[in-house]
Amino acid sequence: MSRSTTAIPFRVNTARAVCDASLRQAMDYSTRTFSAKRAEGTAQVPLEEWRERASAIRMQVLDNLADYVDRFSANATRAGAVVHRAKDAQIARDTVAAILKDRGIKMVVKAKSMVTEEIHLNKRLEEIGIEPVETDLGEYIVQIAGETPSHILAPAIHKSRKDIGRLFADKLGIEYTDDPEVLTKVARRVLREKFLAAKAGITGANFAIADTGSLVIFTNEGNGRMVTTLPRLHVAVLSVEKVIPSLADLSTFVRLLPRSASGQILSSYLSVITGTRKQGETTGAREIHIVLVDNGRSEIVKGEFREILKCIRCSACMNVCPVYKVIGGHAYGCTYPGPMGIVLTAVLEGMERAHPLQDATTFCGACVEVCPVKVPLSKLLRRLRERRAEQRLTPLVERLAMFGFGTVTQSPALFGLGQRMSWSVWPLLKDFSRSKLFVRLPRPARKTFKRSMS
Amino acid sequence: MRVLLFATCLVDTFYPDTGEATVRLLRHFGVETAFPKRQTCCGKPADSAGYPEQVKKAARHFLSTFEGTDPIVIPSGSCASMVKNHYPELFKDDPDMIRKAQGVADRTFELTQFLVHRLQADKAGLKGSGKVTYHSSCQLMRELGVRDEPIMLLKSLAGAEFVPLPNSTQCCGFGGVFMGKLPEVSMALADEKAEAIIGTGAHVVTGCDHGCLMNIADAMKRRGSSIEVKHIAQVLAEGV
Ligand code: SF4
Repeated sequence: MSRSTTAIPFRVNTARAVCDASLRQAMDYSTRTFSAKRAEGTAQVPLEEWRERASAIRMQVLDNLADYVDRFSANATRAGAVVHRAKDAQIARDTVAAILKDRGIKMVVKAKSMVTEEIHLNKRLEEIGIEPVETDLGEYIVQIAGETPSHILAPAIHKSRKDIGRLFADKLGIEYTDDPEVLTKVARRVLREKFLAAKAGITGANFAIADTGSLVIFTNEGNGRMVTTLPRLHVAVLSVEKVIPSLADLSTFVRLLPRSASGQILSSYLSVITGTRKQGETTGAREIHIVLVDNGRSEIVKGEFREILKCIRCSACMNVCPVYKVIGGHAYGCTYPGPMGIVLTAVLEGMERAHPLQDATTFCGACVEVCPVKVPLSKLLRRLRERRAEQRLTPLVERLAMFGFGTVTQSPALFGLGQRMSWSVWPLLKDFSRSKLFVRLPRPARKTFKRSMS
Repeated sequence: MRVLLFATCLVDTFYPDTGEATVRLLRHFGVETAFPKRQTCCGKPADSAGYPEQVKKAARHFLSTFEGTDPIVIPSGSCASMVKNHYPELFKDDPDMIRKAQGVADRTFELTQFLVHRLQADKAGLKGSGKVTYHSSCQLMRELGVRDEPIMLLKSLAGAEFVPLPNSTQCCGFGGVFMGKLPEVSMALADEKAEAIIGTGAHVVTGCDHGCLMNIADAMKRRGSSIEVKHIAQVLAEGV
């Protein structure tokens, strides 16, 4: 895995994002809507029971990940797919690129897939002269804007209607409008032509069924279905932990995933694809390649952050996260934003690069409350902060201050002295410290409560 | 009945009035408050910053300071959760300490928890005044499960009107060390909270955690708002 060791300039990114009024407005509206819908969609169901079951299934997979992946591969192969194992992002990119290049493909339609973002697939395809066309509306918007998704399900969540109107006028040469219906029609017209012309389609997968070798794809726009049925070649790229044991287990996730994401009882389209088109069938790709991306996961699953691999990418944790809501996804400077993203980025990209993101939690616990598979996000986030301090990635002053803090808490005398001193030096701290913190805190009381009790 | 009061370092250092209000309130219900003089801080700042070895120092000191059999009352959701939930977890590799920590955890109550469940203070007809709104602090709500108790108490105040705060469960942006690490985000969240509070038309905003209230008070100050920011102990003690 090639790892950049430059830390993400997160503090700078957040300070900038906070000042972006249009971003704030778009984020506020969308995250509120998603969260409210989720709350509504989960109110009348035995949610706890489902979460328990989903969590247990995901743990069972993680405990035997290699076996399930083997089982999936064997069954997918039996159903007519060609399965490729990609140890890292580079191999994954090259594998997809080679499949397309060998068949002389110049343009490929894509359904939304975060793992293709993780491995930076589009860039690689463009380099070798293949045009990737994103067909999920939000993903299409960020693609023509030359951006990356800022949310794992709603890639263009950071954009307002007006932003999109201007973008379409600029890039597609239409007259400016911010009517979502008109904009959608325009995109549909452009994409329809691409669908009909494309000789290959690329998708991710929400789940992969070990017992049957099936790929499971949830979409709301139906583009996933077109990508997998119109072109003769279908390339599915998925990370290894997407495997679940059986179709019976899928029923649990069918209940939970759309509800957790958007409150829907079911997404508009749910495709279960088992192998290539068979004799007598009228739809389905004639050639299917499945690229299983490991990219560090077989190590992650052995480590202390393994539970992040339970994640089913529903996005509920980011929709309720107060920090995400204020700064949006781009400020995180990585593929996966929000609470799950902080953890995943640390294990995928390394602590040196990812550690600044670990400031992005107030430990409010809202994410833990909504996660459909019970990823213990607060616990993992706290553990990451511990790891960060252990690896001395925190400033020296902080480490010293914390050592001092620990020492003082053991000694009532030192603690009392500290209190008295803080009262005296407060005005100085307030005037001379570069930190805004002291301006925001009140001055300590002249007489502590302890003294008034004696 | 006798309780041990852990005032919290914030109350001890910055808000002695809240400590006094807590004592007065408990006395009103016939509870004698003992104040162990050796108390310092529960260790929360080091816990959220990721320094468990430093937290252990604070925790050991706390556990020895609060030995005994009396209930321990804490006017803070996050500090109470620290003692109740994090201490036993902190010593998970040390059976002796777990037992000790669990014993203390079982005796520990957040103030409104104690007032409602042990003293039925919500049925005592306490007096109040003006329009009061309430911010639910995160760890109180999600780690301790204290959601209704403060509201029951506030609604019970004769002469006061409780007005619900829209989006009350959204974090105020305090987050302990978070406030210093990402100040712009912290302030943005506090600003949203302040706007929501102002929108209620309340005279007083209250809560169970001085950390959050301090952050909210700062945002109110930036707006020049005259709405008072008070700990729930103070609001309740006014009527005794
Ligand atoms: S961590 Fe949980 S809530 Fe967040 S995206 Fe993954 S499954 Fe959804």
